[in-house]
Amino acid sequence: MEAGGDRQGIGVDDWVASHEHRLAERAGFAGLARKIDDRVPAWARLTLFAAFAASLPLWMGRGDLFAYGIFTLIYILLGLGLNVVVGYAGLLDLGYVALFGFGAYFYALLSSEQYGIHWPSAISIPVVVASTALLGLILGIPSRRLLGDYLAIVTLFFGQAFVVFVNAANPTVAGVGLTGGPNGIADIDPNDIFGYELISRTQQYYFILVVVLLVLTGLHFLSESRTGRAWRALREDPLAAEAMSMPVNRLKLKAFAFGAGIAGLAGCIFAAVLTAVTSGNFGLPILITIYAVVILGGIGSLTGVVIGAIVINVSFQFLAPENPQQNARVLFYLVIVLLLAFGVRPWWRLGVVLGGVAALGFAAHAVAGAISSSWTAGPVVEGGRLAGVISDWVIIPAGHERFANAAYITLVVLILTLTRVHGWWRTGLLVPTLYLTAVVWETSFVEQPAVARWILFGALLVFLMTVRPQGLLGTPRVEIV
Amino acid sequence: MSFPLAFNAELFIQLLVSGITLGSLYGLIALGYSMVYGILKLLNFAHGDVYMIGAFVGYGTLQLLGGPLSPNIAIAPLIVLMFLAAMLASGLLGVVIERFAYRPLRDAPRIAPLISALGVSFFLQNSALLLFGAQFRSYDSFVLGSKNPEFFEPGPLTDPLFVVKNVNIQLVQVIVVATTASLMVALTLLVAKARIGKAMRATSYDREAAAMMGIDTDRVIATTFFIGSLLAGAAGVMFGLLFSQVFHFMGFLAGLKGFTAAVVGGIGSIPGAMLGGLLVGLAESFAAGYLGGRWSDLTVFGILIFVLLVRPTGLLGTRAIQKV
Repeated sequence: MEAGGDRQGIGVDDWVASHEHRLAERAGFAGLARKIDDRVPAWARLTLFAAFAASLPLWMGRGDLFAYGIFTLIYILLGLGLNVVVGYAGLLDLGYVALFGFGAYFYALLSSEQYGIHWPSAISIPVVVASTALLGLILGIPSRRLLGDYLAIVTLFFGQAFVVFVNAANPTVAGVGLTGGPNGIADIDPNDIFGYELISRTQQYYFILVVVLLVLTGLHFLSESRTGRAWRALREDPLAAEAMSMPVNRLKLKAFAFGAGIAGLAGCIFAAVLTAVTSGNFGLPILITIYAVVILGGIGSLTGVVIGAIVINVSFQFLAPENPQQNARVLFYLVIVLLLAFGVRPWWRLGVVLGGVAALGFAAHAVAGAISSSWTAGPVVEGGRLAGVISDWVIIPAGHERFANAAYITLVVLILTLTRVHGWWRTGLLVPTLYLTAVVWETSFVEQPAVARWILFGALLVFLMTVRPQGLLGTPRVEIV
Repeated sequence: MSFPLAFNAELFIQLLVSGITLGSLYGLIALGYSMVYGILKLLNFAHGDVYMIGAFVGYGTLQLLGGPLSPNIAIAPLIVLMFLAAMLASGLLGVVIERFAYRPLRDAPRIAPLISALGVSFFLQNSALLLFGAQFRSYDSFVLGSKNPEFFEPGPLTDPLFVVKNVNIQLVQVIVVATTASLMVALTLLVAKARIGKAMRATSYDREAAAMMGIDTDRVIATTFFIGSLLAGAAGVMFGLLFSQVFHFMGFLAGLKGFTAAVVGGIGSIPGAMLGGLLVGLAESFAAGYLGGRWSDLTVFGILIFVLLVRPTGLLGTRAIQKV
């Protein structure tokens, strides 16, 4: 699949090989995306995004604006902060969510009835951002001594310790539990602009949009600055950077503080928009989501973070339990067909696969129905436009927990096998895999969309790392030995 | 030593015993981390979830053989079978994870396998949630082998084997510690004497040089994953027998603590993992007993961060020299 492994054969010049590799890198859908990303100047991309984002409230309902608009913006903000630490400086910070949580809780303490403090945003946000940055700095101190993996584990522990602290420890300060324990803190004031409270969703949306645009612009200049370039040098090779007399430790701390500051800002907004914070909001799932955002778009790329956040949040909201599931179903089949269209070449092979899947489905359904009618008696969850086709095509047995579990495990095994075979074997195996994917979707994922999305995110991380670790728009990194 | 109020020997011994049992469990998990880290320099975040899957396989075996209330076979072979099934399944799972999530990333930047490991961990956790549901599954180990299980009469596993100062030391605790000790001895012998152990040491010392000497490093790494995960599976069943309840999220915290144990003892060192496990187990147990349960996890994290800052190589580890 990737030419990376054996590109440098005997007698091939290093430069020529890397040039050819770069050319090969430009092929296909991802190559096209990168080409566009390179050609369009940054200000044009920003304007395009701003114009699109600004038009959102005009054609979107209020609930959708909250779920799709505001949350995407918060994910963008979180992704941008993580991008500074992981993308620019190459430090694996797994405690990032705790900084986000700290920001949210601190803002909540400064603007709720918990202690009866109601500071205006103009004061509380800068205070929260500064103290989160300071906390990030402190968290970053171990990074002076610890190499990659140890840093990851210390930060992961910090993240976990934060959740335990907030949830279980809940120390009593001035007669009140500081963090509210499992109940969290409720009734948080909305953000305000010099006294003008942002209550409606549209106002909040535009406020966050402005913040995001400002942060994006700032980070663009930062990444081109002396510090930004130094961070990238640090990421590529800390030893070489040190040998070039770069202040490695100071750079690391700066990256931590910067990322933390943005996380704190996101925390303020998050707390104000949700009007309540609980420890459940700052656990492992959100960490995975933010990592997925940053990695999908491409580590180190601002456009990548924006695209990643949009893709992740939209699919996330589609899979939200309260959402009508037929939306998720349509999206799911659409994504699979699109993936096939981009991934299976030549076109007639695609035809064979799709035809095979359809035929296999009807045949399997007919056979299962002939053996026992209860095998196909299960209802299609939530109906919708596709329900008619699905009930004739996918085997959904009546009481199907065992069947669903077996199908899920078989599917995982099939997908893993699929990565090991090539040529016609792969095409042939693709047919039952795709059918089984549909079966698993209809029997277990549709019923537990919240679990399904986490499974898909976890698999996405592994898949991206093994196939395209640089993400959509990131630059591939070459490990020099 | 000063303890709050009067020194309570009974409580102290109780905490000591539970700390040692818990510690041997963490030691087993720590070994998997330690071995994999030693050989690949990879933090296998998914290790805790392999442990969780091991616990579920043990549960599944128990159910398959009739369940705790009316097992089809005698209790001793039943427990042995549970251990074997869980260890085998976990070991294979470890090999599969290595093959598909880590091996393609052998030469990638250091950050890639870590993120991949995070993804695997999350995938396993939620797959377990999908397959087994969110509810706790109970081994009901205390009625195992009991004559009147329907009246919840305790079975032989909770029999006091010794009584020290009014504290009962139960059979299950002895089983856990003894199994751990024998696994540990077997592993030490394997690494020290067997051919594959020698290959493992060579690979962890210098993978490229080992490959040049004709060692099939991929096979060695797969074996390492198999053995490490197998130990985690055993730990999973032990947890089930000790605390009865298994659930999909149990791997995360246990994995963190196992990793703490590996780091405290010195990563890459087998006796270190055991020592670290005992220290973490005792710390958790005593913190829960004297400070209150809500502080026990924070104490463990505090120990890790302290050790990392003061002595990053751990108690028994050797300082690695960074080569340029």
